[in-house]
Amino acid sequence: MWDYTDKVMDLFYNPHNMGKILPNECREEETVAVGEVGSIVCGDALRLHLKIDKRTDEILDARFQTFGCASAIASSSALTDLVRGITVDEALQITNRNIADYLEGLPQEKMHCSVMGKEALEAAIANYKGIPIRPEEEDDSPLVCTCFAVSRGKIVRLIRENHLTSAEQVTNYIKAGGGCGSCLMEIDDLLAQVDGNKKTETPRKTELTASATFPSLHPLTNLQKISLIQQVIEEEVRPILALDGGDVELYEVDGNRVQVVLKGACDSCPSVTTTLRLTIEDKLRDRLQPDRIASDLVVEAISNPIKH
Amino acid sequence: MSVPKSETPSVIYLDNNATTQVAEEAVEAMLPYLSQYYGNPSSMHTFGGRVSRKIKEARANIAALLGAEPTEIIFTSCGSEGDNAAIQAALASQPDKRHIVTTQVEHPAVLNLCKRLEKDGYTVTYLAVNRKGQLNLNELRASLTDNTALVSVMCANNETGNIFPIERIGEIVKERGILFHVDGVQAAGKIPLNMKESTVDFLVVSGHKLHAPKGTGALYVRKGVRFRPFLVGGHQERGRRGGTENVPGIIALGKAAELALEHLEEENTRVRALRSLTYVRSLRDRLEQGLLTSIPHCQLNGHQSWRLPNTTNIGFKYVEGEAILLSLDRYGICASSGSACTSGSLEPSHVLRAMGLPYSVLHGSIRLSLSRYNTSEEIERVLEVFPKIIDRLRELSPFNSDEAEWLKEQSLVNSQ
Repeated sequence: MWDYTDKVMDLFYNPHNMGKILPNECREEETVAVGEVGSIVCGDALRLHLKIDKRTDEILDARFQTFGCASAIASSSALTDLVRGITVDEALQITNRNIADYLEGLPQEKMHCSVMGKEALEAAIANYKGIPIRPEEEDDSPLVCTCFAVSRGKIVRLIRENHLTSAEQVTNYIKAGGGCGSCLMEIDDLLAQVDGNKKTETPRKTELTASATFPSLHPLTNLQKISLIQQVIEEEVRPILALDGGDVELYEVDGNRVQVVLKGACDSCPSVTTTLRLTIEDKLRDRLQPDRIASDLVVEAISNPIKH
Repeated sequence: MSVPKSETPSVIYLDNNATTQVAEEAVEAMLPYLSQYYGNPSSMHTFGGRVSRKIKEARANIAALLGAEPTEIIFTSCGSEGDNAAIQAALASQPDKRHIVTTQVEHPAVLNLCKRLEKDGYTVTYLAVNRKGQLNLNELRASLTDNTALVSVMCANNETGNIFPIERIGEIVKERGILFHVDGVQAAGKIPLNMKESTVDFLVVSGHKLHAPKGTGALYVRKGVRFRPFLVGGHQERGRRGGTENVPGIIALGKAAELALEHLEEENTRVRALRSLTYVRSLRDRLEQGLLTSIPHCQLNGHQSWRLPNTTNIGFKYVEGEAILLSLDRYGICASSGSACTSGSLEPSHVLRAMGLPYSVLHGSIRLSLSRYNTSEEIERVLEVFPKIIDRLRELSPFNSDEAEWLKEQSLVNSQ
């Protein structure tokens, strides 16, 4: 069961400001702006109604209709509490973090509920102003996650605003990558990109060490890959084979194909295939990041080239 | 029957496909073996031998529930262990065959194992189901090849309660001489099973689904079917499952199996029959009919008649499952949902998706699963509060009919 705060449960059971605002509830100088995000397919949707004083841009009233889980309903309710009585420009300063804070926190996996609130607010204000709030990302940037229709620009913004560091967090915040999972690599790349930009802005101490495990954000160079494989063979594979009087030598690395020459007792061992798969591949996989070269790594034994 | 209702908080427990209340009799049976009689059944002394006899008794009880011989029963720690042990044993005995047939709606214990086997070079056919959750037996027949090592099909589905026609499937499987594994976790104790007249080679049972404690289970392996242990160790379970026996758990499981068999016998006219499965079915039907007639825009997920007597799965449109569950929780009503939000993943139930149900139904699907411990007062209470909960959430929801403009527009965007 989710670890919801009392505030979330209170606003789920007793939400504030639910419903819509009808045009006939408005005076002449007032207008209703509507923002809609999500869909029944995605599992949550929010329709936000704002009553705005056209002269002062003040948000006089806010009401919501939400299809979704407890945290989606509580986030929507929180949003309406936050925007009442402030101007639309002030409202644009509200972040999903503010909504989560108002709820005294949300489980990581539910952060996307607060993001939905923020998006509905932006959509309503865009409708009020008659211009898109973020034309640069919504129009041009391509879809990264097709399961939940999330664009590249949206992901990059979210990474920046919330200082996200892993693809899992991106999924928690905006669902991207939470369906078929095929875009997780691309999300990793975006994380690396944002991280890289940040590094050039303000140099930070790097965590790259001489360790055999490289941070997953950067693709390995060929040289790094080869030296890593060499290191694994030297440190972990050869000592094991040596116990049975065998030995192995790295011969060639071609993409994800690792060719080795088996020597000593291994050379004539009938269970050579098993030895290879179980020992060398496993050790290499253990040491390499699972989402990178390791998953389709193939180790092949070749006959001793000297013999030919 | 005495049910320790007063000791448990006032909960209306309708989540018996997730886990069940441990039968009081099972607790009583196991308690001495947690304290006084701690002997090891393998020991060569009377103190241990006493324990060994109790295990024999438990084995006979489980065998009786399944219509099997005691020697065909291996005690395990859970349903997942049973599934893993059976599937791996079946494959290991036929190393040349590299094809497995299963269904899209299996429990993760089977599905995730199959996915892993695919990485190891096996080919897996995942049979589809129709809108009612039923298999097409012609599709099954067509999927079998000379390379097929195993067919693995659940007897009853945990989410919808749907029952697959195991024996008709078994006939097709046996025509080709293929091994047949059945995940019987949801079926055992709920519907009669008779391995003596069956085509099943491996049948898996989980203790905590039939009023035994968690951490118990049994695997039926047909006599003559080659088996090799999943958990390699000592000579326990005649060398088919290493590890010192979970003595108290096994004794409780035996007792629970004995009780389950008594309750299965619907002809039984003694007082107990009041709590038989006929009784559970009548409560379930009352609940289901009550909900379907008092709440608009909802539908039954699964097959009307090919179904466990204790399970109902209903999709409530325009509201989300977790919101329903937490609202029910406020009244102490325990249920579960196939919605995305309750699972921690962002995708709703794989079972309901395989059935091709619309998302409006998927996200608002609720499973209510009963046991013989439920009462008609409890069902009336649920019927009283449920419509109010759905009403309140629908008032909050921006959707209220399939014709809503926004809904159509959004689905269009998402289907592109």
